[in-house]
Amino acid sequence: MATNAYHDNGTDDTAGKTRQLLELIKCTAITSECNSALLIGPRGSGKTTILKSILQELDQIKEVKNNLLQVHLNGLVQRDDRTALKEIARQINLENTLGDHVFGSFSETLTFLLEALKSGGKSSVSILFVIEEFDLFAQHKNQTLLYNLFDISQSAQTPICVLGLTCRLDVIELLEKRVKSRFSHRQIHLCMTLSFKDYIEVFCLTLNLPTSFPDKKFAKAWNYHVKVLSTDALVQAVLQKLYNLNKSIRHLHMLLILPVCETSEARPYLTAADIANSYKNLGLDSKASMLHGLSVLEMCLIIAMNHLSQIYDRDPFNFEMVYSEYQKFVQKKSSVQNFEKAVIVKAFEHLQSLEFVLPLEGLASSRAQKEYTQMYLLIDPAQITDAVQKYAGLPTEIQHWARSSLC
Amino acid sequence: MDTEFDVLGFAELHSNLPYRNRQIDTLVALFGEPTQKTVSSIFIYGHTATGKTVLVTALLATLQVPHVVINCVECYTSSLLFEAILDNLSDHKPSAANGYSSVWHCDNLNDFLRLFRSLLEEKAKQGETVYVVLDKAERLQERDALLFAALLRLQELTGCNVCVILISELVWEKFSGAHGYEPLQMHFPDYSRGQLLDILCLECPSGHSKEFYRNYVSLLLSMFHLACRDLNELQYLAQLHFAEYCRPVTSGEANVDDIRKLWKNIEPHLKVALSTLYLRESSSCQVEETAHHLVKPGGATSLNISQTRANIEQPFYSKFLLIGAYLASYNPAKSDRRFFSRGRVGKRKKAIKTKTNAQLLGPKPFPLDRLLAIFYAIVDDKVAPTANIFTQVTSLVSLRLLSRTGADDQLDNVKYRCLVSFDDICSIGRSVRFDIIRYLYDYI
Repeated sequence: MATNAYHDNGTDDTAGKTRQLLELIKCTAITSECNSALLIGPRGSGKTTILKSILQELDQIKEVKNNLLQVHLNGLVQRDDRTALKEIARQINLENTLGDHVFGSFSETLTFLLEALKSGGKSSVSILFVIEEFDLFAQHKNQTLLYNLFDISQSAQTPICVLGLTCRLDVIELLEKRVKSRFSHRQIHLCMTLSFKDYIEVFCLTLNLPTSFPDKKFAKAWNYHVKVLSTDALVQAVLQKLYNLNKSIRHLHMLLILPVCETSEARPYLTAADIANSYKNLGLDSKASMLHGLSVLEMCLIIAMNHLSQIYDRDPFNFEMVYSEYQKFVQKKSSVQNFEKAVIVKAFEHLQSLEFVLPLEGLASSRAQKEYTQMYLLIDPAQITDAVQKYAGLPTEIQHWARSSLC
Repeated sequence: MDTEFDVLGFAELHSNLPYRNRQIDTLVALFGEPTQKTVSSIFIYGHTATGKTVLVTALLATLQVPHVVINCVECYTSSLLFEAILDNLSDHKPSAANGYSSVWHCDNLNDFLRLFRSLLEEKAKQGETVYVVLDKAERLQERDALLFAALLRLQELTGCNVCVILISELVWEKFSGAHGYEPLQMHFPDYSRGQLLDILCLECPSGHSKEFYRNYVSLLLSMFHLACRDLNELQYLAQLHFAEYCRPVTSGEANVDDIRKLWKNIEPHLKVALSTLYLRESSSCQVEETAHHLVKPGGATSLNISQTRANIEQPFYSKFLLIGAYLASYNPAKSDRRFFSRGRVGKRKKAIKTKTNAQLLGPKPFPLDRLLAIFYAIVDDKVAPTANIFTQVTSLVSLRLLSRTGADDQLDNVKYRCLVSFDDICSIGRSVRFDIIRYLYDYI
């Protein structure tokens, strides 16, 4: 798999850290030690992937497989500690035991669960707790789950190993003092240390068809094509630009998905033009495309707001000011069609619903009239000049007006 | 590439949704074979009425793949959302027979994922991709950002073959809580003028030639295209005014090809419609009725508008109270002496004009005493401060012509502000023969 190659091609550091983690979990399983660790790394640096590969490897070792129970929690899914506890009970197959008893405090329930495990005959079963989005658990009330888990890991009643995965560097600061003191402060940092050469290799590996592909001849031709593509100058330029923006593999996948999906019997191989096109689509300015679809009246309002921002140094404005600016323009140029004030209010509200302008205090208060609430324009002047040029069918007077006070 | 799918159904799809061939092809390419894994989430954005929801629903129905379409405005709580998805997947419709209940009661994400996974394994269908479409996705994101982030990675969390399609009018930058998972973005471009014309002509009513309808729609577009690109609004206008457009032809006054006559007939109606665009001040029946009376162009148009925006007639003193309130809101307190004192106070030097007109900044709050002082100054005859006057102030507040600032239980130092616009105040002033411009600070 391409992602395995990524970890092998990284610096030796990553391999060493993987080894360290593996030994940690092995210790809990075999020698019934209690451990805790935090795996910290930015999004897309491979935390979950490393963990999955470690667990796969450990599954092969019979001793570990028989002695280790796994509980997987996720901060996005279990939003409070009660749900987390139910989930733990379910994952260690003890939900029935829990259902009959009602306990007051969290720690009592947790101890009860762990005792129940022990009494099941296997006196040395260890549990591995994998907590993804660890920082979200730190925002629960009193951090009860974390406190209890770390407490058990310190007091060594049951051999458990707590592994937290998070992308926040300052996650230790989020923990309360009592939780922090029970944590072993073992932090493993993962950083993406991929060089550009390795990045291109990952590109090839991602696109390569595995040997298990049924049509061997096509697989060989395809792989050869991919190799040629990776040496192509255009493709290398695109990959360099992408690499400079964001080194993560997920971003690379986003580039490659559409060209790969669009291969068909008529076009069986990828070309450099496909990849360049896909890169252009990735970098499309979404706001500019939305500006293109506005009506002429709404475009005039945006130009009026732009002028106002320039005159008043980006102070917030309100609808009446925009309206008077628009009226000044219409009175100067009689050929421009004028609209009723109510229609212009509707156009302004449409811009507000598209979030091109937003009121100052978040939601507009019900006391202030909507024509007088202060607003901010959320589009760059450069985007507006671009949009005015690309707009199909904008009358020339309006174009001149847009360009007029940009001196 | 998709020989499994019904070719006939596709042709119908392409003809019903013109100018969206590229989007249909891209989506079909992304979906691939039913058993292949699709990308984890797709984000579709574009202006109103560009065919986003209609295309996605029609495409999924044509492909006959298992899918759920959820409108995030309808499902405004998490439990509604979860139960709607689960009901849809288990082919259960809440009806009178089962008391409009859902199959499962589910209000947190943990249970939802478990039930979702078990449902999918039951339904299996050899592991076909299930599509979950979330329409108006921005509502879900502003309500519960973590739930939104979790739904974006539904594929990873459940381990099943599921794809989440988000549809919204806002650009992706506005969605802040994605927690690192970016969906594949797809833009639905707006229709150009020619494309709008073609799409509107698709709805030609029976009994008229396509050519005739096309002329009508192009006339309509020439008037409205500057202010309105929304297909929904244009379709409504086309339907509304078609009967009036056909009237000269049916009554024998004009020929089908006599475009000038038809244009002269319909022009005043379209002008009125342009001045009340989007406003829906009169329902469609009312418009059709008044269309009969609007034979003379020009003078009659203003009548129509004033009929619909009828000002409520005020008692005499209420009008002066309103005028006083307007002056109190828009004049600074220091200028009151100059305007309203009996003897002429010596001319002060002209105050420096503020950078922005006070009219533009909005009404300022004023205390009740100031209002009454100005009121007594501008009313000619002697008025006693009876309860009558004070109740009129309160009734103005309930008519939303004045508004009260401060808490409702505050009994002393009550402040008000005037909510009437300049044009309305001028017309009120004219009706009592009071020249308001003379008393406004910004117009000296």
